Amino acid sequence: MTAVSARFSDVRLSAPRTVGIVGIVLGCLAFWAALPPLAARTEALPIAVGILAIAAGIWAWSRDERRVGGGAIAAGFLGIVLGVVAMQSSVTNLDQVVVWSALGAATLRYATPLTYAAIGGLYCERAGVINVALEGMLLTGAYFGIFGAIESHPWAGKWAWVIGILCAAAAGMAMATIHAIWAIHFKVDQIISGTAINFLAVGITGYLFINRYGDTGTPGNVPDYGIPDVHLAFLQNWYFIGPIFGQLNLMIWLSFLLLIGTYIFVFRTPYGLRLRSVGEHPRAADTVGISVYKIRYIAVIASGAIAALGGAYLSLGFVHSFNENMTAGTGFIGLAALVFGKWRPFPTYAAALLFGFSSALADRLPIAYGNQWGTLFQALPYLLTLVAVAGVIGRSIGPAAAGRPYVKQ
Amino acid sequence: MSDEHRVSTDFELARSQDDVAQAPLEGGVPPSPSMTFASRVSGVSGILAPVLTTILAFLVGGLVIALTGKNPIKVYHAIWLGTGLNWFFEVGSYSARIPFTTAHMWFPWNTSSIAAQNLQQTLLLTTPIILTGLAVAFPFRCGLFNIGGQGQYLVGTIFAVWVGSSFVDLNPFLHVMLVLVVATFAGALYAGIAGILKATVGAHEVITTIMLNWIAVWVGAYLFGQGGPLQGSQPSIPISNDIADGAKLPVFWGLKLLQGLSIGIFIAIAMLVVYWIVINRTSLGYEVRAVGFNPEAARYSGISVARNYFLAMAIAGAFAGLGGALDITGWKYNIGESDIHASTIGFIGLAAALLGRNTALGVGLASLLFAALFNGTSGRQLDPSIFPPDLAGNLTTIIQGLVILFVGLNLGGLWLWLKRRRTAS
Repeated sequence: MTAVSARFSDVRLSAPRTVGIVGIVLGCLAFWAALPPLAARTEALPIAVGILAIAAGIWAWSRDERRVGGGAIAAGFLGIVLGVVAMQSSVTNLDQVVVWSALGAATLRYATPLTYAAIGGLYCERAGVINVALEGMLLTGAYFGIFGAIESHPWAGKWAWVIGILCAAAAGMAMATIHAIWAIHFKVDQIISGTAINFLAVGITGYLFINRYGDTGTPGNVPDYGIPDVHLAFLQNWYFIGPIFGQLNLMIWLSFLLLIGTYIFVFRTPYGLRLRSVGEHPRAADTVGISVYKIRYIAVIASGAIAALGGAYLSLGFVHSFNENMTAGTGFIGLAALVFGKWRPFPTYAAALLFGFSSALADRLPIAYGNQWGTLFQALPYLLTLVAVAGVIGRSIGPAAAGRPYVKQ
Repeated sequence: MSDEHRVSTDFELARSQDDVAQAPLEGGVPPSPSMTFASRVSGVSGILAPVLTTILAFLVGGLVIALTGKNPIKVYHAIWLGTGLNWFFEVGSYSARIPFTTAHMWFPWNTSSIAAQNLQQTLLLTTPIILTGLAVAFPFRCGLFNIGGQGQYLVGTIFAVWVGSSFVDLNPFLHVMLVLVVATFAGALYAGIAGILKATVGAHEVITTIMLNWIAVWVGAYLFGQGGPLQGSQPSIPISNDIADGAKLPVFWGLKLLQGLSIGIFIAIAMLVVYWIVINRTSLGYEVRAVGFNPEAARYSGISVARNYFLAMAIAGAFAGLGGALDITGWKYNIGESDIHASTIGFIGLAAALLGRNTALGVGLASLLFAALFNGTSGRQLDPSIFPPDLAGNLTTIIQGLVILFVGLNLGGLWLWLKRRRTAS
């Protein structure tokens, strides 16, 4: 409904919008100032900067820039709270946890499966089919990715990961096909069929895993033929950039391409327009001769393949092993990122980065502060999404026809 | 996703006309125009569809067993023995102790056989599944899909452990009541967040309850984890303290030490009755069903849709929270960090509600079925030489997924339709 017109307006920068964005940046600064390398030790600094951010947010809010303004207000508050909290702990502890280059690299690693899941979901939901099965598709990809690589290793050698990725994509598409047939043809409620897919994925991958690798787990030599890292030697010595981008996994680079490609495809090509029209008003799309069923089938199956690639990255490029139900909610965070990013590629990716950052932080916090704070941080993505759908920082509204089967006349 | 699009007239009208035109599936009676989610799923009445669904799911499950090179009949028989349901078929002449007394009486079943112990386990598992099933069924009647039973159940268990291990000196009856009431309210409040968001800003309840599920998981993992505030007195073990003896429910069948059956099962069955009465015999139930059938029409007839959305979710949360409390006070007595991650009771309840078509009797029977299945395939019950329990656990998840998959398919209607076609030709 609004999505078609909104994509133009979000490029233009008006004054309240700029001020709101400055507010968000200030809110982040309030927190950042308390962290290394600056590590300011006066509490007045984050409070002052945070108040500025809140003021900017209120001004933008009053000029009808609710989303950005609300974001700035929230960022200001969070900046003050987190900044003051950070000041309570010693600089040595902070130095151990907050290593920006390591955090940056870890953020990208954690954000990548989320990105694949969320982008997969974007295709599906933009075409009008709700996909709560992203978790299951991710898990399917994780198992079949590593399965394909292990089984093809004897003859494929170090290129086994290619077979693994193909296996993952095929398995994800198979799962998605079930979802598509149920949602599009049988017109079963899409949330029910999605939930069923999630269970099937847990059961099938767990069953196959125990049956095949149950005694010993996946072999230890997976890193030899896992998805390779891309070494950029010339970057190695650059300050900050080098440690982050110098040695990223191939799938992370591909996720950048996928993101840009998705933006161009969905918002700049006639095919993307058809995809979105099917998700917004299928009857109108049908009237002008677009095959609603065909586009929905393609979108759902593509979403399964894309989400499965994220799973393959997880098992074959990141942790190099598989465990029962190893995704443990990653797909749902991907769904959260999609909702948080309002079903648009770049905001969705920003949300994935934010959630990836919180996972990275949760990973590093135990180094100095013990487990429990890290555990609590894992809840942050879900909490933020809850706040987002509650409309505090601008409501998230999905494609108009999402969730409703289409009956051709 | 948003509320204002729930009922867009031309779209739905076209749908409903089409449904009527193409679908005289059962006995010549066309299904009612499917206006909403709830009515769309519960198309064909009767017990045929759930039974067919179950049979089909078990058949596919048998196929999976056969593909692993095991005999499905043998495996299912071993699972059946593990469920304890065979107890009902072993009739004889026995003496049984009357619960809570020392007196004995004649009884046609052996109350202390292995089968009896297995049955106690199954019924212990049935208790929370009934309640998380009701947590799905109640809002379903209001047109809401509560996928957050798991989170609400976890909140119930968290509060039950907290209250149960505090107030140690309280009168036992008061203590156990306090635990149940607090956990029920906690669950209601937790689900109420999703309800209020749905009622005020129209936030989709599926998204919010999924988020609430995971928030409950991680907060629970934090609370009971290493160094968490509710971790027990043993410093290196991430498990809470046991609740006080006074907060434990009385066990009426079997031994408390061997996880005998507590009276929680009666509370769960009572809740099934409460659910039936509320839905079918109160004005609240009438309003809830009216909103579920068609929110727009309900609004025009003066029913507050927002209020019913909130109430339906809060009541659902109350059921699930109570389920958590019954689990803690009935036999678990504590929770560990790993339990929080491993628990799927809320999702089994979801499957039970869908299979039971959201009716009181259906939810009860489906809960028994799933509890038996999960208990029969647990490592404690299943003989590993017949089928490895960790495989069986995954088989159960597959069957659960298949049930949810097939339940939406309207198999009963499909079967009748095929039968009619065959007789016609």
